[in-house]
Amino acid sequence: MNLHPMIAALRKHKAGVVLIALQIAVTLAIVCNAIFIIYARIENVRRPTGLDENNVFLVTQQWVGAPSGDDPAGVQKLDSMLREDLNALRALPDVQSVSPTNSVPLLQSSWNGSAALKPGTDLRSGNARTTYYFGDEQWLKTLGLHLVAGRDFTAADVINMDFRSNTQPSIVIVTKALADKLFPEGNAVGKVMYLNGDTKPTTIIGEVERLQVPSVSSWASAFVWNSTIAPIRLNGNFSRYVVRAKPGRLEAAMRAVPSALYAVNPMRVLDDDSVKSFKDIRAEAYRADIGMAALMGAVCLILLAVTAAGIVGLTSFWVGQRHRQIGVRRALGARKIDILHYFQLENLMIAGIGAVVGVALAVGLNRVLMSKFEMQSMPVHYVLIGLAVVVALGQVAVFVPARRASNVPPVVATRSV
Amino acid sequence: MLGYYLDLALRSLKRSPGLTALMILIVGFGVAASMTSYSVFRAVSGDPIPWKSSRLFVPQIDIWGPKGRSDASNNNEPPDAMDYTDAIAMMREHRGKYQSAMYRVSPSIVPPDASKHPINVGGHAVYSEFFPMLDVPFKFGNAWGADADAQRAAVVVISDKLNQKLFGGANSVGKTMNIDGKDYRVAGVLDNWNPKPMFYDVVNTGGFTTGQEDVFLPFSRAIDVGMPNDGNTNCSEIPKGSGFVGLQQSSCVWISYMVELDGKAAASAYKDYLDGYFRDQKAAGRFSWPLNNRLRDLPAWLDSEHVVPSDTKISLMVALGLLLACLVNTAGLLLAKFLRRSSEIGVRRALGAPRMAIYMQFLIEAGMVGLTGGVLGLMLTWVGVRCVSWVLPKEIASLAHVDLVLLALTLAVAVLASMLAGLYPTFRASRVQPALQLKTN
Repeated sequence: MNLHPMIAALRKHKAGVVLIALQIAVTLAIVCNAIFIIYARIENVRRPTGLDENNVFLVTQQWVGAPSGDDPAGVQKLDSMLREDLNALRALPDVQSVSPTNSVPLLQSSWNGSAALKPGTDLRSGNARTTYYFGDEQWLKTLGLHLVAGRDFTAADVINMDFRSNTQPSIVIVTKALADKLFPEGNAVGKVMYLNGDTKPTTIIGEVERLQVPSVSSWASAFVWNSTIAPIRLNGNFSRYVVRAKPGRLEAAMRAVPSALYAVNPMRVLDDDSVKSFKDIRAEAYRADIGMAALMGAVCLILLAVTAAGIVGLTSFWVGQRHRQIGVRRALGARKIDILHYFQLENLMIAGIGAVVGVALAVGLNRVLMSKFEMQSMPVHYVLIGLAVVVALGQVAVFVPARRASNVPPVVATRSV
Repeated sequence: MLGYYLDLALRSLKRSPGLTALMILIVGFGVAASMTSYSVFRAVSGDPIPWKSSRLFVPQIDIWGPKGRSDASNNNEPPDAMDYTDAIAMMREHRGKYQSAMYRVSPSIVPPDASKHPINVGGHAVYSEFFPMLDVPFKFGNAWGADADAQRAAVVVISDKLNQKLFGGANSVGKTMNIDGKDYRVAGVLDNWNPKPMFYDVVNTGGFTTGQEDVFLPFSRAIDVGMPNDGNTNCSEIPKGSGFVGLQQSSCVWISYMVELDGKAAASAYKDYLDGYFRDQKAAGRFSWPLNNRLRDLPAWLDSEHVVPSDTKISLMVALGLLLACLVNTAGLLLAKFLRRSSEIGVRRALGAPRMAIYMQFLIEAGMVGLTGGVLGLMLTWVGVRCVSWVLPKEIASLAHVDLVLLALTLAVAVLASMLAGLYPTFRASRVQPALQLKTN
């Protein structure tokens, strides 16, 4: 088909062409950025924490009038209260294992520092940032982590200390990610590192495959797999217990916890949030991400619908306007399919112009988002996906009015105006 | 004349109901999406204390120097909170009109009714000047005095909600309550005060929390009884000492600080004082790096702490883009609609209607589309605000609401936007050559 008459015809409708092209450009720019945001958020939410998350829940409680941890006697008193709680929880029929903990992945409350290969570096420098988890010999088992090298903690490894203590642990288990960062040549087990700029060495006794940090915020994204687990019961005026229920007994185990703990010591605070399943912790952590993805999805759908409707509307108008010309072409021997193709090709040209502008706009919008909101650079295939989507949308939208145009009978040409 | 144009517009819109409905839908959805995002943005970016925010300042002292910033991306910012030593020194020197160091606490409360379990509450340890500085409203009683700060008195100001829970809402001033196992005398009950963002301590709360502030007690008292801080503790080195006392002796930052300074002169005098304080400490050998203090007023402070979530800003940007796309779309459809009536315009022009009259006629038509679209937009905005509360984080979702201002704004945006979209089509319509139209038909 000769493009020349088509271009000549478009020249007569400059304003309409510009408006549709502009519309397609804006749609393309927003849609590919929105899809990119959605994809990034979903990737975020889908990454595994490293835990076997089923049947795990967390208990957070606070003692009333507990001794302060500022003197050794107070710390020992707090530790005996903690162990009483642990015993009570372990005695519950639906509970498989329990460990004290300071946090769990996705909980947002975290304890972070640095690991260095040399002693006495600054706290904020070091070779790698890491988050700290503190638990006893049941911690790994309770969270269902995979030990890939070295050994698990034994009961004899576990010590207790005030949660504001400044002593560093002598042995730890680290994630493979952290071990590889510190010792790229591998085989980190048995090697020493220095935590938080201390001069006292800490020996790595084991490696777990994967363990996410508690924070899902962007500031933690640089060390999201760098975790260090220390065999320590932390003593403070509050405590957390991570519990694995027997398979299928999660709810029963969770229900049994408050009365069991009150029975040990009623002078404590347990509220609605105190016993929380890991499923709820996960949902809360990613609520913002899922919400943003949903919002962007809704915007995309509205935008695509609006653009399609606009194309249908304007093309219908053009078809109506060119009714007679279509009749003449048909009378001169053009087939229905030729008329259909004419409008489809016309739309393709306009969409093409719009898409070129749109690609520039999309990249520009991505740059703005990058500079202002710590967003990643958008890979080129998102632009291509967006391009394909808007071009396809244009073709689908133009089909209805184009078919109506192709149905214009040749006899129209002979009728007087 | 206006009535006539309205009538004409109505007739024209009725003539092509499909196209009209399409335009109304497009305007409605575009406006609703942008107003829904705006309602969230407005909720989180509002000034929590507009009558005073320019007089409230947050001082920052660079007590860590460059080594405290090795991992931070925020350029050369000093720590955004204070260590105990400096907070106490600045409270003692008392250079502002009002000032308060504060830290977040989360004590337990034992209800007077022994059959009930203890509860956990959120709150802050503050100085007495906190209350007049932030114009905190009282229902019963009032703040404790400066003497209570000095004497480390066991007094407490509680929220209306906690008063309801513990004392059935009666005037509880002078009564005793048990906090963390110790007795405190109620000095005052707040009158429904829950500012969002929680601007006095964004460092420890991030600005938006689902939590409620239920107790305020004297800073000196809280330190005295060793009530631990609940919030962020940031260190540039491991504390030498152990426990909460060790934290107080360390250079770790965990205390928020706010000061009221009336007028530019007071603000610059305070900045000089802050810089002088740094120089004195430097001369004493505590710091080895150059002066790098900040004294931001509240709006600048909230901005530097990124209190408005970036998701909210992105959503607003995207929604405005959607509105733009809808505008372009409406403009295209109006253009088609107006130009189809070229012959009608030709007749009107030939009969003596000036261009201005054509302008009026078509702008009114565009405005009518906008108004109807706006009404649809109102309903959709209402639905939208309901829906975002399902998808947004809880602490933000509860803040977005529909009110008269938002409704009026929705209508105004809809009408203005469609008239803006109608401008070019109207211009084209007014340029129709009457002779040409009369000839061809």
